Amino acid sequence: MNPYGIALTLVVFYAFSEVHQRKRAFYTNPVLLSITTIAVLLWAGGYSYESYMESAAILKFLLGPAVVSLAVPVYKGRETIKAYAREITAGIVIGGMVAILSAFYTAELFGGTEEVLLSMAPKSVTTAIAIGISEKIGGIPALTAVLVILTGILGNAVGVELLNAAGVRDRIAKGLAMGVTSHGLGTARIILDDELAGAVSGLAMALNGVFTSLLLPYLIEVLK
Amino acid sequence: MKPYRGLAIIFGFYALGEFTSSALDLPIPGSVLGMLYLLAALLGGAVKLDWVENDAELFVRNMSIMFVPPGVGIITYIGLLKSQAVPVFGALIISFLITLLVTAKIVELLRGGKE
Repeated sequence: MNPYGIALTLVVFYAFSEVHQRKRAFYTNPVLLSITTIAVLLWAGGYSYESYMESAAILKFLLGPAVVSLAVPVYKGRETIKAYAREITAGIVIGGMVAILSAFYTAELFGGTEEVLLSMAPKSVTTAIAIGISEKIGGIPALTAVLVILTGILGNAVGVELLNAAGVRDRIAKGLAMGVTSHGLGTARIILDDELAGAVSGLAMALNGVFTSLLLPYLIEVLK
Repeated sequence: MKPYRGLAIIFGFYALGEFTSSALDLPIPGSVLGMLYLLAALLGGAVKLDWVENDAELFVRNMSIMFVPPGVGIITYIGLLKSQAVPVFGALIISFLITLLVTAKIVELLRGGKE
């Protein structure tokens, strides 16, 4: 295994994280900037994705144990889950379904191919879980990864403003909507405004990941 | 904190999740099953929080960079993105708006203005 792909990823990601530390904005999102930069570098240098992945694959492999580790924040939030059990259940079941169905049917309406519809369906779930689901249901994991990140960036950039403009005042409702719709990046945004809404958002993201991964593979059989 | 205990638990549950997923041919990713097993073990008291807390938080905190390699894979689908730009980006934006607003409005309705 060569060290070039992993070294490139770490150096580029570290550099953009530094930029993000200095200027916290949705357009300095280090994940999206790193993906774009590495893609351009590979293209400009005439390298294939396979040659890059030969060494960068280990980073992708670590998503597995990282998803397992999400049990810890969920466990730590168990009191909040208990206190708002009814709202959280309703928000995740309804929001999770709406996220899948609206993505699937809108893409179909616009003439999307089957692999595009399948790659779109898990886009509201946190990336690590979405990639796993996309692989399982026959989508394109790379396309799903990019769609998830773009969904997160949308939430981070305009989510709170849209909720305010729509007249949503309830903090639990805001937190749930942000977490269910735009996972980690949405949570990162709303926690800056409101700690309670942020905690609910983080939980909603984790629970929606579990809910979607349990539901979507079966739902897809019906939708296809 | 004992060295390797947290990592052994996390990778052990991951392996168990992957094993269940493939042995029973489940459509659920093994990592998600592993998370559910670890959560159940924490809730049941079989695993103590401080056995896994540090290692789990290390993984969760460093998760962002792990999306970069799969994301870069998009370069092998440039042709598809060009031909499917309208369904992909149109559905992305519309679905985002619908999901955000429907979820917020329904939860707000359910709570009926209580603090």
